[in-house]
Amino acid sequence: MFRSLGFRGGIHPPRDKNSTAESPIEVMPSPERAIVPVLQHAGPAARILVRRGDKVRVGQSIAEPSGPDSAAVHSPVSGTVISVGDFPHPRGGRGLAAEIENDGADTAVEMSGMDKPWNDADPMEIVERIRACGVVGMGGAGVPVQAKILPGAVKPAETLIVNCTECEPLATADLRLVKEHAVEILTGALIIRKVLGAKRALVAVDSGPGGVMPCLATACKKPEFGDLTLAPVAPKYPQSEEKILVRTLTRREVPPGGTCADAGCVVLNAATVFAVARAVLSGIPLYERVLTAGGPCAAAPKNLLVRVGTPVSAVLEHCKTDMKRARKVVMGGPMRGVALAELDTPVIKTTYGVFAFESLAPAVQQYNCIGCGRCMRACPMRLVPAYLRRFVDKNMIDEAAQWGIADCIECGSCAYVCPSKINLVHYMMLGKHRLAALAKGEAA
Amino acid sequence: MNGPVGGSSQPLLHVSAPPHIRQNESVPTIMLSVVIALVPAFAASIVFFGVRALALVLVCVTATVGTEAALCRLFRRPLSTGDLSAVVTGLLLAFMLPPGLPYWMAAAGGVFAIAVVKTAFGGLGGNLVNPAAAARAFLMVSFPAAMTAFTPPVNGTLFGLSRALDGVTSATPLVYFKNAMATGNFHPLDLQDAIGSMVLGNTGGCLGATSGLAIFIGAIFLLYRGIIRFRTPISFIGSMFVLSWIFNGTGDIFSTEAFIIPLYQVLGGGVMLGAFFLAADPVTSPMTPVGRVLFGTGCGIITFVIRKFGGYPDGVCWAILLMNFCVPLLDRHLRPRRFGERKQRE
Repeated sequence: MFRSLGFRGGIHPPRDKNSTAESPIEVMPSPERAIVPVLQHAGPAARILVRRGDKVRVGQSIAEPSGPDSAAVHSPVSGTVISVGDFPHPRGGRGLAAEIENDGADTAVEMSGMDKPWNDADPMEIVERIRACGVVGMGGAGVPVQAKILPGAVKPAETLIVNCTECEPLATADLRLVKEHAVEILTGALIIRKVLGAKRALVAVDSGPGGVMPCLATACKKPEFGDLTLAPVAPKYPQSEEKILVRTLTRREVPPGGTCADAGCVVLNAATVFAVARAVLSGIPLYERVLTAGGPCAAAPKNLLVRVGTPVSAVLEHCKTDMKRARKVVMGGPMRGVALAELDTPVIKTTYGVFAFESLAPAVQQYNCIGCGRCMRACPMRLVPAYLRRFVDKNMIDEAAQWGIADCIECGSCAYVCPSKINLVHYMMLGKHRLAALAKGEAA
Repeated sequence: MNGPVGGSSQPLLHVSAPPHIRQNESVPTIMLSVVIALVPAFAASIVFFGVRALALVLVCVTATVGTEAALCRLFRRPLSTGDLSAVVTGLLLAFMLPPGLPYWMAAAGGVFAIAVVKTAFGGLGGNLVNPAAAARAFLMVSFPAAMTAFTPPVNGTLFGLSRALDGVTSATPLVYFKNAMATGNFHPLDLQDAIGSMVLGNTGGCLGATSGLAIFIGAIFLLYRGIIRFRTPISFIGSMFVLSWIFNGTGDIFSTEAFIIPLYQVLGGGVMLGAFFLAADPVTSPMTPVGRVLFGTGCGIITFVIRKFGGYPDGVCWAILLMNFCVPLLDRHLRPRRFGERKQRE
């Protein structure tokens, strides 16, 4: 039978998934006005291809990759580009985006599958297709998929891990996607496995109750998916983090500063693999995605298929959010999400959730560090956040670097458990920022 | 870092670094749990030492909380007494005082603990050593006579023996043991006789430190709540037990008294209180698991050495203070192996 695996550290926040776990994915109407940033992935921003006044169709490329680790951006609606300029960006601050007025006609570019079935196609052709469709990792930083799987450019991977766990509280988008599109996701897994030439493909799944394990177990029994192995993991936060998942499933630890490729693994989450399958089988670029919307302030929290570029305000309105109560709007999950300053901020390829909260956590009342060590025990990277905070606070960046601040994955487990309510993640981000600035200064 | 932002057309939204949800446990809930865990020992002290125990506790807590409030006022800082840490310090200090100590001395200890040991080093979390232990040390060296004058429990004897010893006016089980070993006037049966009273706490000694049972009940609560971790107290008590078993002074390690003596050593004096409530204090103990074991073992060894060879009958307080100074060193050199670190070297 299945043996579910865990890891050292981590936390068990309330999962709060019940309000949307059983809500089927609902298609949200396309926005009247889409704001499409050229940077929706990790790596350099895409190069804009459209100008004010241009007519665009659904799925038309409006920005091209500016390098091998950049990703194309496609129009999510049909209509007219009304401006190209700075708009609120989901990562905070502002960024270049195309503002497109929707004509409501949804005229699409021609999209079709590849000329021959994927299992006969050349791996390079498949990669090119994935690249052209602008597919990026949809669960986290948004690393362009081709940068992760391009043969020759990356270390050969022994293991492909399809991450169907979703450890963020409240988030159920991947859960619904797996329940409703298991076959596409598993096909996507086979496609990537072929490109990688990986020895094995694991489908990582949360072993907790109410999860997708039974559904995937059934799907994996089909003869065409015989090569895929279901790998249950313990329901614990941050199990979905790729380095943690690699450690859990292979017992290999990605060295400090390394990537999963150093441990012979490629990790892609369910939504990403689904997007790969859509791109390869039907030629559909990544211009819409499933996300969980709502949070405690919403009367009707939902799982929505949302076009990229839809403003957060429209998403929240669609799930009947009481904006008078909302004090904080978070893009992403409650553990890792970015608190937004502006509701015009658009949904991008990596947005897996949009939530409105009433509470203002982190609590206003903070205390001094009492050295209890809870942060250290919660840290899945086995760092000592309490000491790192002290170093960053005193601007002892060398010291912080020695103690491994660069390893921090910003999962927030430390701050979650801190009884003094210290904003530890803030200090980690600040420390990394200063470290990067120092390194840049030395290089220059 | 936290503050409302936003334009004119939309509601003001709060912006902060993630995570946006937090656990309910906070410094006040932790301190409140420690206070609750000290209630059994407090009750025992009133049962065994009467109203004077209650009065001493009130004096100490008033002194610590009052000093903290006064200093916050003086330095124009927000009032920090709400975190309840001063209450814990006051309780622990009182529990380490002899029941007959003059009130003004107890109050002086409370003022010293907060003003000199805690606030001067930056308040909560900044102190290098445990304030209560340091205050007891301060009182020990300032008022040695008063600090070693013990009154017997209301319905018991100083040593917990069923018969009274003649000619001894102020002593505790540990003093009795030390003298008996020194003079060779050693009665193993006496020790055995005393163990029962020592478990309950019906012997001479410090207010809240005599009852091993009451302290243990409180400690179980804290361990269950995850507020103290088992490594420090277990290694403290364990090393104490092993050392006093091997070096029991009778020359035989398998006789009955060879096992009674370590039990006597662990239950007598401040080992139980020290191990579960002072050594396990998060601020002044290491964070890392290995650090905690070394810290606890160090406390046990020093306590044993002081008891066996030193001038004081009990050394728990000194042992904890000495080991407190080692905490930054232990934490710095025993940090956990980083994720992926060893594998990289291979």
